[in-house]
Amino acid sequence: MSIISEKATGTEQMVTLFEQNRGILNQGSSPILNRMREVSFKRFAQAGIPDFKNEDYKYTNLKPAFEKNYGQELVRDSGLINLNEVFKCNVPQLDTHLVFLVNGWFYKGNNPGAELPDGVVLGSLEQIANEHPELLQNHLNRQAGLSVDPFVALNTAFAKDGFFLFVPKSVAIEKPVQIINLLSSDQDLMVTQRNLIIAESGSRIKVLVCDHTLTLTSFLFNSVTEVYVGDDALVDVYTIQNHHNQSTTINSAFYRLQHNSNLVTGTVSLHGGLIRNNLNVTFSGDHAEASVNGISFTDKKQHVDNFTVIEHASPNCLSNQIYKNVLDDESTGAFAGRIHVARDAQQTNAFQRNNNVLLSDKARMQTKPQLIIDADDVKCSHGATVGQIDEDALFFLRARGIGEKEARMMLMNAFAHEVILKITIEPLRERIDELIEKRLSGEISRFHEQLFV
Amino acid sequence: MLTIKNLRASVEGKEILKGINLEVKAGEVHAIMGPNGSGKSTLANILAGKQDYEILEGEVTYLGQDLLQLSPEVRSRSGIFLSFQYPVEIPGVPMINFLKASVNEHRKFKNLAPLTAGEFLKLMRSKKEMLHLDTELTNRSVNEGFSGGEKKKNEIFQMAMLEPKLAILDETDSGLDIDALRIVAEGVNALKTPENATILVTHYQRLLDYIIPDFVHVLYSGRIVKSGGKELAFELEEKGYDWLKNGNEI
Repeated sequence: MSIISEKATGTEQMVTLFEQNRGILNQGSSPILNRMREVSFKRFAQAGIPDFKNEDYKYTNLKPAFEKNYGQELVRDSGLINLNEVFKCNVPQLDTHLVFLVNGWFYKGNNPGAELPDGVVLGSLEQIANEHPELLQNHLNRQAGLSVDPFVALNTAFAKDGFFLFVPKSVAIEKPVQIINLLSSDQDLMVTQRNLIIAESGSRIKVLVCDHTLTLTSFLFNSVTEVYVGDDALVDVYTIQNHHNQSTTINSAFYRLQHNSNLVTGTVSLHGGLIRNNLNVTFSGDHAEASVNGISFTDKKQHVDNFTVIEHASPNCLSNQIYKNVLDDESTGAFAGRIHVARDAQQTNAFQRNNNVLLSDKARMQTKPQLIIDADDVKCSHGATVGQIDEDALFFLRARGIGEKEARMMLMNAFAHEVILKITIEPLRERIDELIEKRLSGEISRFHEQLFV
Repeated sequence: MLTIKNLRASVEGKEILKGINLEVKAGEVHAIMGPNGSGKSTLANILAGKQDYEILEGEVTYLGQDLLQLSPEVRSRSGIFLSFQYPVEIPGVPMINFLKASVNEHRKFKNLAPLTAGEFLKLMRSKKEMLHLDTELTNRSVNEGFSGGEKKKNEIFQMAMLEPKLAILDETDSGLDIDALRIVAEGVNALKTPENATILVTHYQRLLDYIIPDFVHVLYSGRIVKSGGKELAFELEEKGYDWLKNGNEI
């Protein structure tokens, strides 16, 4: 006997929402965004919101999050944000080219364009797609469009705005570009954000993305970022996720690496109710390298799932992944890392490691490496550990006079440090170390709870 | 300074210490010797506050306080120092951060202001010289990639930084070559004052050539079976621990 729920399923709600708002979605958007909507919408409607029967979503159930009723900000709201207010929320303050987005909409901060090198474009995806479609039409949805992930299709169907960053050939941006994604609303809100980064051959950029909630309302944040890394280009992308417990984040990133290019990513999941990170790297050219790293901290009933796919489609490339999780209370985590080495991708080096520390009896971690190797001359390895804090090290520190709490903190910081060391922006490393201390001492959680009292 | 009365302790249901009595006064050096498995390290660990042991009976008084009630960190701040037999490697915790935290916790306990960065570095430099410690070691993570000898030297270096009232050196001589042993022993001797006391836990008499004990105790099967002056160590070295097994227990 089947039970029919009176409540509309999340998939049905999304379908209705799309059909009712087709006009608004297309209005003001560039044809290059609009032409992707219908096919993506159909793809989403067919697939629906996945459950555990979908192998890729075995450890993360997003159905409950989609059953809530959310509003949508389908047109740009004036949304004035006090930047001082923003920085109070532990967003790292660095010397950067700073821009911010509110509920997925791009707002110019302190006119960063003025300082950027000639030819660099940093702005609203909506605006640039309208004014200079030639800049992005060869890249937009070229990677995401190949994805079978229903949330990526959903994002493409609803995409209106996000940030766009274009770095021309051989241009290096010395200062990091900092993108602050704010969620702020007086009602529960679903936010779709679509980003694109194009680093042309020989260019150099470092990007820092800070996700933050400013109000205690529920958020469903569905973000897709495509990054094109041209020949010999060097690209770093660091993401700090700091959302409150009523937030659900689906963050999909696609990286295409061309010949001899280099990518470093660091995903720091500091705080959030439910976070799902889909990270895809495709080696389209040979002799490219990717260092893909992540660290997460969870407590209470939080959940963080990192799902990575490294596609070694070209020979002589190197990928190196380190993901770590620190889990407390009843929180849960998952890491699934798939590495595919294509038949022609000889001389591939692909390494993956996932280390986890459980701080309580009830915390749980699922880890699943998956290596699919079709070439015969490759070096690949993977390893995973799930353990507790090293009691001998803890006793050693205490026996030198360091209190138990501080000693635990030191050891957790040390555990995280290996991942933090991968970050190439030194002041950012220090900021993140501070944030981790605040996270582990409970200060960040307290801050989120105080937002709306 | 330290009084141990009829201390009995077990680990995982197995009784290791079967009634230890020991009195240590300020200015004294005590050597506790005994074969493997006699309970030497257990005693050292219990004094430092390791919680893997169950205390069955007895009491330990340190400077008038019930030692067994104190947490390991409070024991340390009160002046107890355990030099570990196997110092742990802690990747990711820089030596310098760890030492600074440790020194300043001790100062806080004594109501002293924390050292400034300059003061701390100066203190560290002088103690490093004393122990001929490679400058580079303090730039690394705690004990990470240190040789056996470096780890032991590092323990005595920490002792020099913290200037404990009661130092318990657990098998500090093991894994040391003769030069390192001399340096470590010189360090321990240099730190000796009429106000502090040292307990040397050792398997071999070798260390006692360099650090002369006032008292030697022989621990065997969880009990102190013989106590005496430094000559007892030589006797033990000559006759071996079998001598005790053959009905010579007191």
